[in-house]
Amino acid sequence: MTLVVIGFLWASICLYLLLGGADFGAGIIELFSGKENERKVKRIMYNAIGPIWEANHMWLIIAIVILFVGFPEIYTTISVSLHIPLVIMLLGIIARGTAFTFRHYDAVQDDWEKLYTKIFLWSSLITPLFLGIIAGSTVAGSIDRNGTDFVSTYIFSWLNPFCITVGIFTVTICGYLAAIYVIGETTNKDEINYLTRKARHTIIAVVLAGVLVFISALVDGIPLLQWIFGGTIGQVAILLASVSLLFLFFSFNKNKPNRLRVLAAFQIGMILVAVTYQHYPNILLFKDGGYLSLTQHTGSEKTMNSLGWALLIGSIFILPALFYLMYSFKKKDN
Amino acid sequence: MDDFLAARSQMAMSLGFHIIFACVGMVMPFFMAIAHYKYLKSGNELYKGLTKAWSKGVAILFATGAVSGTMLSFELGLLWPGFMQHAGPIFGMPFSLEGTAFFIEAIALGYFLYGWDKFNKWFHWFTGLVVGISGLASGILVVAANAWMNSPTGFDYADGVYSNIDPIKAMFNDAWLSQSIHMVIAAFTATGFSVAGVHAVMILRKKNIEFHTKAFKIAALCATIAALLQPLSGDFSAKDVAKRQPAKLAAMEAHFHTEANASFVIGGIPDEKNQTVNYGIKIPGLLSFLAHGDFNKPVIGLNDIPEADRPPVAITHYAFQVMIGLGMVLFFISALYMLALIKKKSWLQKKWLLKLFVIAIPLGYIALEAGWTVTEVGRQPWIIYNIMRTKDAVTPMPGIAVSFYIFTAVFASLSAIVIFLLHRQMKMVGRLYDVTAPSYQPKKKKA
Repeated sequence: MTLVVIGFLWASICLYLLLGGADFGAGIIELFSGKENERKVKRIMYNAIGPIWEANHMWLIIAIVILFVGFPEIYTTISVSLHIPLVIMLLGIIARGTAFTFRHYDAVQDDWEKLYTKIFLWSSLITPLFLGIIAGSTVAGSIDRNGTDFVSTYIFSWLNPFCITVGIFTVTICGYLAAIYVIGETTNKDEINYLTRKARHTIIAVVLAGVLVFISALVDGIPLLQWIFGGTIGQVAILLASVSLLFLFFSFNKNKPNRLRVLAAFQIGMILVAVTYQHYPNILLFKDGGYLSLTQHTGSEKTMNSLGWALLIGSIFILPALFYLMYSFKKKDN
Repeated sequence: MDDFLAARSQMAMSLGFHIIFACVGMVMPFFMAIAHYKYLKSGNELYKGLTKAWSKGVAILFATGAVSGTMLSFELGLLWPGFMQHAGPIFGMPFSLEGTAFFIEAIALGYFLYGWDKFNKWFHWFTGLVVGISGLASGILVVAANAWMNSPTGFDYADGVYSNIDPIKAMFNDAWLSQSIHMVIAAFTATGFSVAGVHAVMILRKKNIEFHTKAFKIAALCATIAALLQPLSGDFSAKDVAKRQPAKLAAMEAHFHTEANASFVIGGIPDEKNQTVNYGIKIPGLLSFLAHGDFNKPVIGLNDIPEADRPPVAITHYAFQVMIGLGMVLFFISALYMLALIKKKSWLQKKWLLKLFVIAIPLGYIALEAGWTVTEVGRQPWIIYNIMRTKDAVTPMPGIAVSFYIFTAVFASLSAIVIFLLHRQMKMVGRLYDVTAPSYQPKKKKA
């Protein structure tokens, strides 16, 4: 049952990145749109994410609940050592979630909307940045369990070049996913061209940020290259990701938005496989060489069983409803 | 401010903030579904407008509740890692089910808000109802988790080691039923009175009278039924607390000395030093009766609780008094309203009745927060009753005061914005939602 729980944990992180990440990306793209395109982008983005907006962010809650029920030691260690980035991320989530809803449900439209928009856009950037920093910190070996002073225990646990570049990489991935997903949301030729251009820019950004991650891993002495290319699964995943990127490039002008979406999601999923599988099941790597493992540091057997069943039964309710929700709103748009 | 106090304050504030939005999220969808049902049955466009107006409010409040709930799931670890490390696997069952319920709520809300004229109308109605049912389920599950902290069960404990864990037994602990019934009824009372009161204001101002009267009727009926039932559930809770947590009951009533024929104290200023209550009104025997159903049975006083295990008396006592007092006020208003509905139809047109509802706008929520304070402060100094002390659970991270100030600012501004937005929704009723109003001019759908 532990494996089922781990599967759900991985899946919810992956879906949060693919769906919630694209929501962040929508804000990021809007932030980097020129004045003349801002309104246009905002409208398209809103149509795309409105109905499933709340649901996309539930994946994070599922992941957290799995962590604190099934892997309490991992959850509490992260909570203590990464307190500061977690708080910043939470502030981002609060600001973004409320500002998004406020700007669309305000009965009166006036200058307040500009304020909500500003908050929404900046928090769309900051939240995934810190999510990436947190993700980077778990494997960077920078968490010092035996730290004695504040700075080394609570600051340098996450503040280093590697974690920051992973944060930036996460931001670019979010922007990329959003740009690809929304191409199919409009039928206007100009808008499609504009969004395609945006999507190409984000691909360049993803690649550049990815290179930065590798460089900073070298600088910080993290064996990232070996993790990713050291095993067959990683090599295959990276190969598949590259092939799908290639396909994606040739599909831009084919007017097949769903193919673009699937390819992009698949590509990012493969990247996630490549970066997570090699040090699996060790999810937290410490400065002193120790680690916390998903298979060893679990809750009691009974807990894992009931958690596993709760997740299985829950997904019977959630998944069909969610897919039908996405399907029925996409169908209408196309 | 020391870190421990800051951590407790931040947790109290986050929960106190979240609880309001969670309760609205539990109750408003049902009001919405009733209005929607009436629209589908009667075809009266006013009800459709009302459903839409309320659903906009739900969307705003749900979003706020969702993010504050997300925040809480992190805060448990950020502030109380010592607690979560052991408690997570034991009391996590309701949380994992709650995750599902919350997820379904979010999905159903998506269907409902964006599904007008898109789906079969009864399917659409049903999705609105699902929002309410899953919200209610989430609420009950979270309260069950809290109840476990009051009556921990489902594990063996010896020398700091938790073994033989049974998460299902932990979920159905002794307190879950009484606490969740009390909470659900409180949510209906508080939300119902707030909503009814706000619409009463508009009726008194003679704005969109027919629209607001329809809204008022739905909310007022739910609120008053709930308020009339609440004393029963309160009695159930009191007897339960007397059995499980005598220290909490003693603190609630500032009951310093164990005695038979114990008196129920109304008001008064507890003097912890001299172990007495000044200026209170005492009704002999009533406390014994309320706690044990027998006027002569002894009620354990604080003198029989080791000093280190006593909860703060003053806060618990005042909070309890506020809850009971406001509960009685709402009970009284509800009784009048019921009388008006059944016997004195002419009262329904009277201004004084509406004004009572206006006064009651905040009362339900104040009572609810007070009740929450009773159960949480009354459990101190324990985070897991009789097992783990709150001070042993707090994070080693220094400087929590800073985070407390930041979150205070965030919650204060969020509350202000939410109130401001709801106020604007109310102001726009004539334009956006009331088809009979001359100013009715709904927004054109954005292209």
